Amino acid sequence: MSYFTLAITLIFVVIPLILSRTFRLGLEKDTMIAAIRSIIQLLAVGYVLQFVFDAEHIIYILLMIALMIGAATHNAQRKGASIRGIIWKLIATFVFIEVLTQGILLGLGITPPTAQYIIPISGMVIGNSMVLSILFLNRFTAEMRNRQDETELILSLGGTPKQAIHKQLKTSIKASTIPTIESQKTIGLVQLPGMMSGQIIAGADPVQAVLFQLLILFLLLTTAVVTSIMLGYLSYPTLFNDRMQFLEGHLEK
Amino acid sequence: MQSLDHTAVHFRDVHFSDDGLHILKNITGSFPEGKITTLVGPSGAGKSTLFKLCNGLRSPDSGEIFIHGKRIQDYEPVELRRTVGIALQTATMIDGTVQKNLELPLELQGKTLEKKRANELLHLVGLGEEFLDRDAKDLSGGQKQKLSIARTLVNQPQVLLLDEITSSLDRVSQQEVEDLIKRINRKYETTMIWITHNLEQALTIGDYTWVMMEGEVVETGTSDLLENPKNERVRKFVKGEFE
Repeated sequence: MSYFTLAITLIFVVIPLILSRTFRLGLEKDTMIAAIRSIIQLLAVGYVLQFVFDAEHIIYILLMIALMIGAATHNAQRKGASIRGIIWKLIATFVFIEVLTQGILLGLGITPPTAQYIIPISGMVIGNSMVLSILFLNRFTAEMRNRQDETELILSLGGTPKQAIHKQLKTSIKASTIPTIESQKTIGLVQLPGMMSGQIIAGADPVQAVLFQLLILFLLLTTAVVTSIMLGYLSYPTLFNDRMQFLEGHLEK
Repeated sequence: MQSLDHTAVHFRDVHFSDDGLHILKNITGSFPEGKITTLVGPSGAGKSTLFKLCNGLRSPDSGEIFIHGKRIQDYEPVELRRTVGIALQTATMIDGTVQKNLELPLELQGKTLEKKRANELLHLVGLGEEFLDRDAKDLSGGQKQKLSIARTLVNQPQVLLLDEITSSLDRVSQQEVEDLIKRINRKYETTMIWITHNLEQALTIGDYTWVMMEGEVVETGTSDLLENPKNERVRKFVKGEFE
């Protein structure tokens, strides 16, 4: 696709602008900002990726991954209701999930060790892990607040902090991972996944595109469950002290 | 009050604050072993906080607390909480049946509660074994409170803290719970500390009384002190003039 063709596609931005103006929806400003930001951000990423792919140097790949983890951490701790000291727990989770998935993919020779594979797959894994983290943290802090009586009941009967939060942790892990699992049950029936569609449009063999899409889907299952469990087990100890007392104040909005 | 040898819980110059608020000030005194001591005073006097300190759910800023002569920090938290049981006004139930709730204290230790013992406990608190399979959340307020006490007794605590356990109950249920507490106290010689707003109850059921106001212990003695308090503030409180 050329820049001229891309310019023509701006018609798809103009349509909502006209409709918004006609029906006084007040969406013009946000639509413009969204369009301009996506043009700048994606073009910038495109040029950076082109540079990294051409350079094929491990340092640039690691820098890109570090940048993704940094942005994901910033977003998750800002948007997710957070627990005290959450930044390092998020970083540890994202690094772990990245090492785990790339370790399996590269270690077993499933994908080649090139920037072209490592960076997009890392982006999908870390991005998904970030969304899961936000979902998990929101649910977990809400569960801890709503079930504080139960937490203190179990502690008062001689239970450990782990026993006192088991139910809240289990509910939060399930609630945050179910959307990923459920969406995979209907995938392909209604809409084709974005990555697969992109590959097919770019001329790839549809079967090859499906195989890669399945790889990503399976990766995201691991990402979802590992992210929630790891973040949960890293987070709950900070809500208790060494006398096994629940520290309500360590749950921050 | 009795000497420290027969003391179940002893406070020595205990202070506690939360969020910058000085909730307990200079608490010193003892709760005698095997007796029922009531804790009375207006709302916000720090009575429930005192319980959380005894049970180890909170720690004092300064001062010392002894349970049966042993410093509270020398107990493992789990051991302390099994020694000092607590039943709250809310009588919080976990999801599931009466049996599941009753089994909870032993389940936390990786043990199982024998059916015979479960029936004994239910019988003790005046609930029949037909309750075992009922959903705990469907029980009435009085039944929940009885189950909550039975559940606390599973750990065989030496000290039982009761936080306004009858305040939301009707007269009949209230009488049943009072009788139950007296029965448990006689049968197991469990030390009871009971927070109540009902001064009549404090007089009839308690051997001893602590009157607390604004985070301080204002007067202590045998329960009949409530009939003729020495302290002017306590006199006003007893007459219902203090809030």
